[in-house]
Formats: sequence, C-alpha cells, structure tokens
Amino acid sequence: MTQNPASAGPRADEGRRSRRGAVKGVAWILDGVGGPFLGLVVLVVIMAIFAPNFAKPINLINILDQVTVLGILALGATAVIITGGIDLSVGSVFALSVMVLGWLSHDGGMPLWIAMIACVAVGGLAGLVNGLAVTVTKLPPFIATLAMMSVARGLANMTTDGRQITGYPEWFYSLASTRYGGFLSITLMALIVLYVIGWAVLKYRSSGRAVYAVGGSPEVARLAGIKVQAVTTWVYVVAGLAAGLAAIVLASRLDSSQPSAGEGLELDVIAAVVIGGASLAGGVGRITGTLVGVLIVGVMHNGLNLLGVSPFLQQVIIGVVIAAAVFTDVLRRRKERSA
Amino acid sequence: MNEPAPSPILTVRGISKSYPGTVALRGIDLEVRPGEVIALLGENGAGKSTLSGIIAGAIQPSTGTMTWQGRPYSPATPRDSITRGIGMIHQEMRLLPDLTVAENVAVGRWPTRAGFLSGKTMLRQAQEQLRKVGFTGRVNQPVRELSVAGQQQVEIAKALMLDASLLILDEPTAALGETETTALLECVRSLRTQGVSFIYVSHRLAEIAQIADRVVVLRDGEKVAEHDSGGISPDTLVREMVGRSVDRLFPEFDAPRDEVVLSVEGISDRAGRFDDISLTVRAGEVLGIAGIVGAGRTELVRSIASLEPLRCGEIKVDGVPLPPNDPIAAKAVGVVLIPEDRKRQGVILSDTIEDNIALPNLAAITRYGFVTPSGVTRFARKAAARFGIKGDIGDPVATLSGGNQQKVVLSKWLSSDPKVIILDEPTRGIDVGARASIYEVISELAQQGKAIIVVSSDLEEVLGLAHRIMVLAQGRNKGIMEAAEATADRVMAYATQ
Repeated sequence: MTQNPASAGPRADEGRRSRRGAVKGVAWILDGVGGPFLGLVVLVVIMAIFAPNFAKPINLINILDQVTVLGILALGATAVIITGGIDLSVGSVFALSVMVLGWLSHDGGMPLWIAMIACVAVGGLAGLVNGLAVTVTKLPPFIATLAMMSVARGLANMTTDGRQITGYPEWFYSLASTRYGGFLSITLMALIVLYVIGWAVLKYRSSGRAVYAVGGSPEVARLAGIKVQAVTTWVYVVAGLAAGLAAIVLASRLDSSQPSAGEGLELDVIAAVVIGGASLAGGVGRITGTLVGVLIVGVMHNGLNLLGVSPFLQQVIIGVVIAAAVFTDVLRRRKERSA
Repeated sequence: MNEPAPSPILTVRGISKSYPGTVALRGIDLEVRPGEVIALLGENGAGKSTLSGIIAGAIQPSTGTMTWQGRPYSPATPRDSITRGIGMIHQEMRLLPDLTVAENVAVGRWPTRAGFLSGKTMLRQAQEQLRKVGFTGRVNQPVRELSVAGQQQVEIAKALMLDASLLILDEPTAALGETETTALLECVRSLRTQGVSFIYVSHRLAEIAQIADRVVVLRDGEKVAEHDSGGISPDTLVREMVGRSVDRLFPEFDAPRDEVVLSVEGISDRAGRFDDISLTVRAGEVLGIAGIVGAGRTELVRSIASLEPLRCGEIKVDGVPLPPNDPIAAKAVGVVLIPEDRKRQGVILSDTIEDNIALPNLAAITRYGFVTPSGVTRFARKAAARFGIKGDIGDPVATLSGGNQQKVVLSKWLSSDPKVIILDEPTRGIDVGARASIYEVISELAQQGKAIIVVSSDLEEVLGLAHRIMVLAQGRNKGIMEAAEATADRVMAYATQ
C-alpha cells in the first residue's frame, strides 16, 4: 500500500506531462481564436446531429473543396484588413483572372501554363493598382477597391462579351478532382500550403509584424522606420495574387470560366475574416482565425443545404451569424477591459 | 478660516471603489463650496481620475454617498451629472472638429423655434458663454482651426451652456504653453467670482499655488492631506504625493565632451514653420529647446530626425550629411526622436509592451529571417529591466500609467543604442515620481556620451536638464544661452519678443 504510490508516481506523472504537452500545443495553435473555434465545434456538432449525411467523410471532404476558393481569397483579405484597409474588389478581380485564363488559352490559343501565369499576374496587377490608389493617390481603401470592383467586372465581361468558356484539358481539371491518398487534391494541398506560409509570415517575419504595426498605428510604424506605403501596397498585391490563384482553382473545379464568377463573394470573404476575429479598425487578426472563419462559413452553407433550407433563408442565417460572432467578440473585450 | 463657510455644493462621504484585485479609492471625504477651486493632486494611479469619474457619473462607487446642492446624489451616467450641473472637461478634447465654435458650444442644447433650429438664438447664447471664458476667436469658424487653448475655452463654454456650476478640469494645461496657461487660469478666476466651483486636477505645482483655494492630496487611493490654501511649499506637496521626500528632482550632469555629434546648418522648413536654424550638440550635452506652443519646436526636431522634408540647409551626424525626409536613414546613423504625442505616435496602445518595444528593433531580433516570439520576449525583458518598466511585458500598453508608458517609449527607442536622442515633451502628463526616473535616464544617456535635445513647455524642466538652451519664437532662433546665465524670466522674455 505504501509502496504503490511511489512506484506509480513517476509513470503517472509522465503521462500527465505528455498530456499537458499536447494541451499546450493545442492551446498554442488556438491562441487568440478560442472563441471562433468553439463556435465551429458547436456548429459541426449541431450539423452532425441534424443534417443527414453531414458527418460522412465524403461530405467533409466536399466542404473542404467548397471552401478552397473562399479560403484563398480570405487569406489575402486578412492581410488587407489587418492593415486597417478593405478590399471590395476581390470577387471581380477573381472573375477577371478566371476570364483571362480562359480567353488566353481558348480564344488566344496560348499554352495553358502561360495563361495560368497571366491569370495570377492580372490578379496581382489589379492588386497593385488598388495599392497605389490607396498609397499614392490617397483614396480611401473602400473607394479605391469599390472602383476596381466595377472596372474588373466590366473587363471580365469584355473579354468574351459576357460568354462563358468551357472545356479545359484533363490534367487541368484533375487538379481539383484527383484525390491523392483518398482525399487530398492538388488544389486543397495548395490551400494548406498557402495557409502555412501566410501564418508563418505574419507570425514569424518582420514583414508580418510590420503589417500589424501599420494597422495598429501608421504614424507609430512610420516613426519606427517601417515603409508604411510599401507595406500597404504589398498587402493589396497579395490580395490580388490570391484572387488569381483562386481563379485557377475555380476554373479547375468547374472546368469552365464564367464572367459572373464571384459576384457578391467579397462579402463572404470579409465575413469569414471578421468571424475569425479580425477587426476592421486594423491591427488585429490571425490566419488561424480566418481559417476557422472560412470553415464556419463553409460548414454553414453545406449543412443548411443538406437540411434543405432555402437559399434565401440561408442568407438571413448567415447575416445573423456574422452579427452574433462580432457581438460575442465585443462582449469578450468589454469584459477583459473591466476586469 | 474662522469666518462661517457657505454650505457646500458637493459633499463626498466615504467613497471607495474597488476593482477585482485592486482598491482604487478608500473612504474619500471631500467638500466643495460654491466658487471654490479645489486642486486634486497625486501621482498617476493615486485615484484622481477615479474620484473625478465618480463625481462625473462615469464610474460607480463601491461604497459611500454624495450629496449635490443638499440632496442625495448618485449619478448612474455622465448624463445624470451634466443635467444637474456638473461638467467634466477631459484631457483629450471631445469636440466635433468640423462644426463651428458656436455649434459645438450649443451641442446637446440646440435652441429651437417651432421645432426648427434657431441659428440666431444659438449664436447669441453661445456668444454669451464664450464671452465668460474670454474666447477671442470667431464663433463661426470650425473648431478644427483653433489652438488647443481655444478648444479648451470652447469646452468650458459648452459646459457653462448646460448651466454647470461645478467643473472638473483634468490636467487642463498639459498641452498648453506659458501664455495660454495664464489665459486659462484667468478664465478660471473670473468664473469663480461668478460662483462656479472647480475641481482642478494637475501635476503642475506652480499653477496650483496660483489658483487653488484648497489642495487635496491623494496617494494610493487615500486622502493623505488637505491644505486650506494653495500656498504650500512644493517640497511638502511632493513629499505627500510620493510618500517620501524627493530631495532633488534633477540629477547632476557632467560637462559635455568636446566632439560635436550633431550639427545643423541653416535648415528651413518648406511650409515656413521654422527658418534658418543652426545648432550643434556635443557628445554628453543636453540642448534644451524652449518656446511657446506653436513656435515651431516640434516641426524643427521632426526635421532634425529626418521625418520631414527641408527647403534648404544641412544636418550632419559625426560630420556625415543626413538625407532629409528619410526616417530609415536617420535610424541607421543613430538619430532617434521620442515623439510628444505618446498615445498617437509613441506606442500602439492595444499592443503588448513586448511588441511595442520590438517594433523599431525587429532587424536586431531577426534570426535567419525569422522573428520568434521567444526572441521578442527575451529582447523586451532586457529592455524593460533596464528602464524599470513595471508590469508584465505581455500586458497591453493601454493598461499602463502614463509614466510607465513613457518608459516603454524610451526603451523602444533607446535599445538600438543611438547617438543622437531627441525628446519632445518627455514628461507631459507624467507624475513627479516617474518624472524623476525619466530625468535619471536622460542623465545616464548624457554620461554615455549621447547628444541629447530636450523640447519642453515646462520651463523648470528645460532649466533643470539642459547645458544650453535655445529659445524659438515664430520659427526663429531667438538666442542660445548657457544654463548658468538662463533664468525663467530671460527665457520667457526671448520667447515672447
């Protein structure tokens, strides 16, 4: 009796320590995004109970595929929103990129790989114009990207006079449809890699910290020797490049290019970033939070579809969720401040 | 003292306020009589803001009672206190910058006729209040165009419009120069004769001596002293505030070395805010720059730190010319400016202490292209220890006292070991104890051979710190004098000539 605790002690201790290590690891990943993550878990549990077929592996993979485009766009938007800006043009720039891809490879007769590079480059170029409009001509980001939203949509329609383009080579559409190891498509892999890069840059590079500083206080950042204008321009370029990459994913998934692609998508993107805990006032936001926000939006669309909820009611529900997510965040902050 | 005192307009009995973990106020008693100016003194964190906030209805006390004009008074919101005639004028102005002076004065009590705004009545009423506070500007200009002092007068007029009979002024002169301060004190005096009472929160002992009928000293949430007139020796007040005697506020400075570190030759501003300024600062020397608000001091030092473009002239550090309007180059050769507006330019309030300290030092923290959180923590911990920052370095800067925030700003800039250090209003809004420790830091830096420029509206500070003093007026150098021959009167004479 007296020996038992002594001999069991170290081993039990070890188990506890490794468990504590695991808890620590999870806590580290979820640092600052616990609230949205809890929301995601609750949402998944509710859907698994009520929505038929929701919890089947094939559907879960399906959700990931459905959020790839949104996820890539939200990555760029996170950087923009952390600097205190906003990008309303992502949906339109995304459509312009997808049309450039189809138009160059079909009507223009160019090799598809060149069209793919052009697709991303056009996105980046539109982002550069946004960035310069904000930093050089000093337009408010809302106005600069509102203008680009209209211009890019118009250009997307002009490429083919509003027609859609269908039929890509097999290797191209298999990027989104061939699953390695039973679930991992190339496009999904790209999403994961982009998130890891985005997370590492914002957390571990001085350029990432500069993004936060610009959003926190441009004047403090400037005095600290940060090139505020360059950082601001760059985040819009990144958002544009993300739109170009997302365009490739979309064309591959649908095996077509449509000039009406991504209409209203900018609002889903902003919603995902904000649900993930970023503040439109700037200086606050995390890649992990955005990922959770994207998944919340994706799970909600998917689950509500499975439940047979009408698309109109879905819009109402998503609106309520956005307001609720930000409201709980406001409540939490108020509580922290008074404590 | 022995004549029968009029009955108090406000009484405060046993007011306490505790927050989870701390007690901010402990059993405070206070009486304010009509037409009386009560000075509220204390270090940051002593409870002045909490007490003012409770009287103004912004904070609810944990225990205790108040009466106002003889009736029980327990305001639940600032609106409750305003409607009863208690106005609080905050340190940060709360005016609508694009509305006119008259519109701002009338905000919240727009005179109407038959349901429509009556512009004429509004103008007349606003003018009446503005006259009481000695406002001399135009009533139809936007508030944005006014000086800080002008805006303050508008704030007071606004409170008077709401029939305020007690005004709480929270560090009203923190952003004012000598002449503007005099004007404000004049305004307080004239309102007092009209029966308005004041609770006057300030760090400036000289002002308090001029204006206060009674002085109440708070320390650590308790009332430690109450004096029946303003004419108490500053030493006594400082001792009561700090809880120990601060024998000397200003440390000793060694004589500067011979080599010139910074030389400025005939620089002029593009917008004409300063013109043809030349100066030199030697290693280990402190150059003070005095002058009234608006004399171009901040613009001048910002240009010296290469934050603004120049029309002409040259700045040299160790004999090497510095390109204008290039903060990154200035940082590289070792010129740093510690800006006057701590909250807007010095720190990102919502960020942690460590992130703020790391920001200008990211290049030094980066290893193999990466900035790791542990690297940031290590760097910040060292800096925090060197400058005596209190609190956990993971706390947001917004939760710190003013003095502690200023130490964060200092450690942020001084960790890179610069050659030229420019401090613009280094102790604005900072209490005596913290001020002494910032002076100590400046003295150490001088001993290490740094070239230092201190810009300050506080004459005592310039006189106490500087080896030489340059006086700026209307953007021109009115003369540089040695500390030994400088007096407050001489400096003011130069500044206002």
